[in-house]
Amino acid sequence: MARKVTTGRKIGTTIFAWFVGLVIFFPILWTFLTSFKTELQAISIPPVFVGFDWTLENYRTIQTQSNYFHFMANSIYLSLGSTALGLIFAIPAAWAMAFSPTRRTKDVLLWMLSTKMLPAVGVLIPIYLLFVRFGLLDSRLGLIVVLFLINLPILVWMLYTYFKEIPGEILEAARMDGASLSKEITQVLAPMAVPGIASTVLLNVILSWNEAFWTLNLTTSNAAPLTAFIASFSSPQGNFYAKLSAASMLAIAPILIVGWFSQKQLVRGLTFGAVK
Amino acid sequence: MRFSVLTAGAAALLAVATTAASAQTTLTIGTVNNSDMIRMQGLTPEFEKQHPDIKVNWVTLEENILRQRVTTDIATGGGQFDIMTIGTYEVPIWAKQGWLKPLDGLGDNYDMDDLIPAIRSALSSDGKLYAAPFYAESVLTLYRKDLFEKAGLTMPDKPTWDFIAEAAEKVTDKDAGVYGICLRGKPGWGENMAFLGNMAREFGANYFDADWKPQFESEGWKKAVSLYVDLMTKYGPPGAASNGFNENLQLFGQGKCGMWMDASVAASFVTDPKQSQVPDKVGFAAAPCGTENCPNDGFNWLWAWSLAIPDSSKKADAAQTFISWATSKEYLDLVASKEGWANVPPGTRTSLYKNSKYTEAAPFADATLNAIQHANPEPTADKPYYGLQFAAIPEFQGLGTAVGQQMAAALSGSTSVDQALKQSQAIATREMTRGGYIKN
Repeated sequence: MARKVTTGRKIGTTIFAWFVGLVIFFPILWTFLTSFKTELQAISIPPVFVGFDWTLENYRTIQTQSNYFHFMANSIYLSLGSTALGLIFAIPAAWAMAFSPTRRTKDVLLWMLSTKMLPAVGVLIPIYLLFVRFGLLDSRLGLIVVLFLINLPILVWMLYTYFKEIPGEILEAARMDGASLSKEITQVLAPMAVPGIASTVLLNVILSWNEAFWTLNLTTSNAAPLTAFIASFSSPQGNFYAKLSAASMLAIAPILIVGWFSQKQLVRGLTFGAVK
Repeated sequence: MRFSVLTAGAAALLAVATTAASAQTTLTIGTVNNSDMIRMQGLTPEFEKQHPDIKVNWVTLEENILRQRVTTDIATGGGQFDIMTIGTYEVPIWAKQGWLKPLDGLGDNYDMDDLIPAIRSALSSDGKLYAAPFYAESVLTLYRKDLFEKAGLTMPDKPTWDFIAEAAEKVTDKDAGVYGICLRGKPGWGENMAFLGNMAREFGANYFDADWKPQFESEGWKKAVSLYVDLMTKYGPPGAASNGFNENLQLFGQGKCGMWMDASVAASFVTDPKQSQVPDKVGFAAAPCGTENCPNDGFNWLWAWSLAIPDSSKKADAAQTFISWATSKEYLDLVASKEGWANVPPGTRTSLYKNSKYTEAAPFADATLNAIQHANPEPTADKPYYGLQFAAIPEFQGLGTAVGQQMAAALSGSTSVDQALKQSQAIATREMTRGGYIKN
């Protein structure tokens, strides 16, 4: 028997959903507001909410102090580069695991994921030495490879779960019709898996965009992305919250906008395969 | 034929271009985001105008990230930085490791004898300077003149902790949101331990005795930490165990603190109307003294943000040229002409404090100089290490932070002072034994 949904219940759920949404969104809203305050207003107690003199001073200071667009360009290069490289490896790997699994496929998948369990700092010195040896320090190429490698397990896992949802018989039929392996993947599998691939790409771009250990440790200036840009505005002696907030807003703005426009894809992709 | 002429021409052009490019040296400077460093960054074009063959590339990072980044780079010989800002804690250790290049080419006009002796000695090893001081600090008591007047108190030039305790009680007005005393509580070797190490010395106790035995259970540490916890519990702001320098700077700037003992550089922030609500109500006195034979007249803190060249840099000559410029008398004049005397980086040169224009513009000048001159970080008969509020040995960072966590626990009331000190003693003894300082 289906439960009757009363209007009161609907209102209750709506209010609750809005409340949860606001709680989650509040830090970003607060950062946004703080970025328009002076350093003195940013730290005043009781905090001022909207009744202050909005100023663009912080954004101006940031722009004179460092070149935002240089950092942003690097972030774009790194996140798109590592994602593209990741797809080249992850799609065939996930295809093989989903459609011609062996006895050890599950173990391989788990082993891949286990590489994510090692704390990054544990391999900092070896990786750094490799980078010194190959002259990759502060280069975009080196970072793209590192970001690609650390995100590869997630890419393979996500694609694997999406591909599992596609009936193997369709691929079989394509093969019967004489499709080659490459045609089977590009013309039959890929179009059906587009939502899955799209959300994988989006998630990977966000993960690479936010990655703040390797990007800080392996770059100095040429290849430094927005994470380094934010980190440069924290000060051990002196007030910095307003400037830091402005820097954070600038750093998350591009990804926020992309996320906003593609949230439907993202949600669909993430829940795809979860419910049958 | 024509083709080969063209090729030759292009090759020649290319050769010229490469020579021109290689003639210009690019220096990469790693620094923290402190206002004096940002000012230096802003004035770099002046340097590049004087030295067209050198280009300066700034990398600003958060303090802990910078330390980790620079240490990794030096240890692996990465050569990513040509100059970096480090403090008085790192210089003796890194110089001993051979990680820094000695600064022996700062030029004839540098006037090394003008550097304040305590600072120069803090940055030298075996008589060689390994880092040039950019700005330096000691410890001061900052207090609110208006609140003291209201409470009928007069701050002595050299207060004692007994007086501070009395004043803290009288000035506290929790209903009005005014706390008598604000001190660091955030755990960390450079946060609460900088203050507590200084306070313990005011009660005659060091981190280690002559045999490197930790001293946390000594009378001095007990007195210092008990008083600290007592004062902060009764008259301090709520949640003090998470307050570091910046948090206290905010509280004081908002007029919430009656007194604050901290780095002397705080003085320039709280007197700046852009950053403080009480710019003209702040008075300065010496750091308090706990016992009569208080070492260093209470000034048990010395720190200098300094510029050094890592051994892995391949551009040491150009780097020395820059360091010489950034820490020279001319640089001080340049800052003064562009931003006013009050914004000149303090604490490094004696001549600055003889300049009446500076002493007039900076009301804290005398107090700062006095504090720095009376802080002596050299090892003594009962103190085998270099440093006052820290001990310049590699083990101190980890050990100091672990002990700092015990102190924060005592401050927040989750453990007793005795228990925290006992635990600290155990942690420190274990680390020092492991480090080979204590022989079994």
